[in-house]
Amino acid sequence: MTSKFRIKRPIRKIKTILFILLLYIIIQLLMSFDIINPYFQKIICYAGIMIISALGLNLIYGFTGQFSLGHAAFFGIGAYASALITRLININHSLILLVGLFIAAGLSGIIAFVIGLPILRLRSDYLGIATLGFGIIVKVLFDNADAVIPILGGSRGMLGILPLTNFSWVYLFTILSIIFLFNLINSAIGRALISVREDEIAAEAVGVNTTKYKTLGFVIGSIYAGIAGGLYAHLYAFLHPSNFDFLKSIDVLLIVVLGGMASISGSIVAATLWVFLLEGLRVILPEAILDWRLVIYPLLLILIMIFRPEGIFGKREFKFLIYQEKSNVQ
Amino acid sequence: MVYFVQQLINGLQLGAVYALIALGYTLVYGIIRLINFAHGDVFMIGAYLGFYAITRFCLPFPIALLIAMVGCAIIGIVIEKLAYKPLRNAPRIACLITALGVSLFLENFCSLKFMFGPNYLAYPRPFSVINYNLSGLTISNIQIIVLAVAVILMILLQVFVMKTKTGMAMRAVAFDKNTAQLMGIDINYIISITFGIGSALAGAGGVLFGIAYPQIHPFMGIMPGLKAFVAAVLGGIGIIPGAMLGAGIMGMAEVLTSAYVSSTLRDAIAFLVLLIVLLVKPAGLLGKSTIEKV
Repeated sequence: MTSKFRIKRPIRKIKTILFILLLYIIIQLLMSFDIINPYFQKIICYAGIMIISALGLNLIYGFTGQFSLGHAAFFGIGAYASALITRLININHSLILLVGLFIAAGLSGIIAFVIGLPILRLRSDYLGIATLGFGIIVKVLFDNADAVIPILGGSRGMLGILPLTNFSWVYLFTILSIIFLFNLINSAIGRALISVREDEIAAEAVGVNTTKYKTLGFVIGSIYAGIAGGLYAHLYAFLHPSNFDFLKSIDVLLIVVLGGMASISGSIVAATLWVFLLEGLRVILPEAILDWRLVIYPLLLILIMIFRPEGIFGKREFKFLIYQEKSNVQ
Repeated sequence: MVYFVQQLINGLQLGAVYALIALGYTLVYGIIRLINFAHGDVFMIGAYLGFYAITRFCLPFPIALLIAMVGCAIIGIVIEKLAYKPLRNAPRIACLITALGVSLFLENFCSLKFMFGPNYLAYPRPFSVINYNLSGLTISNIQIIVLAVAVILMILLQVFVMKTKTGMAMRAVAFDKNTAQLMGIDINYIISITFGIGSALAGAGGVLFGIAYPQIHPFMGIMPGLKAFVAAVLGGIGIIPGAMLGAGIMGMAEVLTSAYVSSTLRDAIAFLVLLIVLLVKPAGLLGKSTIEKV
């Protein structure tokens, strides 16, 4: 059976690469001809950022099975850390963003490691509550950050961040995130992560170091959030602690569950839909019932959960995201 | 010293309100293992029902309290029937997301103009505030009423759960749903009753919160709801005295931090207490840790 795949695999790879490039060129062209206006460009970038963030939570919750309600905290840590660095360097060059993102990823990774090591001993709901508590503590610290570092602005919000994020960066990082996650979950590490989700005790019994893999999944997922946060900070050039509160963690959780847990395709589609629906309803709905936007959205959510509790994709993937073994049989 | 005791009394008042909300969380979690995120919003609706009963219909305080409790009980039961019952056999995360959906719905629906409106409202005091001075300590009649109502309701709940037949059925369902069903207990009825009682307590909590901290708005339920839930976990979720203990600790932690450290840090300290307790005693203060068997 594998011989067929051996021929098909490279072809599919080329097709996928072509698709990625084509999509980029099309959107870039539409932007340069002003068919997509700057407001809409920002929404597209925001969708990319939400995809990265959701993939991170999907790795933590969907693949590794660790319930986290504090994802926005790492998003915020990444956002503030990168914004602070680029402000201190203060050179308006696109490449500086990379430095910011590097710091964002590093700091959120380190904090995830320090906090994850003790709290990942907790299980299911208790872990959720502990991460929720962590998220609220981080938000309060953001609120009071100006007492230590005045530029962070505390509850007044942080101003004067260089708008370095553009569509190309977001696109690049979204694609890299997808490729990295895809390769990760189809590696030995990925199988270990999934085994932890399926049955922690059984995984431990067959020699999987569950603490190590739980922490690893949590740290990588948080790094995703940190990078997304770094991109976010330089997209809107304004940060406020309320952008990283409990409800933002919930938003990401909704995307992951709606898309389908442990489905990369699901997270991509759900994040995109979520961003465009919320913004789209703003455009479509007449002025008089604009307030109803936030009433319709939770109702949709409840209906989807009642009629399709496994999410839009379940555990399925797009064709190009299905892994096929290289054949070892000669 | 007087200042410290004064803060303890304030903490007790806040803890009493948290306890009323926390009991609803703990009852529901004990029976269907669902973190009912919409509970904080039922609390908000309770506060508004009391508000309208007092301002529009000029009803006396006890009747307003009763109306809020009954109204919330009905809302709680309806939410359970419409949103959670279809998901009885779905994965737990689906229920959780639905609960979040209900919560967002209630908040945003209630802030529509024809409902309660998005603005802050000043809560009326149905009676004038009297401060009693006990050798330096100031205790207001509001504090006495809040504490008294909370304690009475908690005693009633404890008696109901421990002494009545329905209460026994509730405990049986919490212990083992399937076996309880085999013993002829109507699970759906018990779950409805539980939601009703929990929501009624939250409604009472809402009215008490309104008279104690006189300002209400449609999103007021989020933070007290989270803190009450955390209180329930702190004490050991599913355990009624645990919820009261946890709520007391949360209230005290918050008030003492405001008094001695900084009022902007109070949420951080309250949740820090939670993290420490969870790390030392993962099942909560009064919870029994269970050994997982394969």
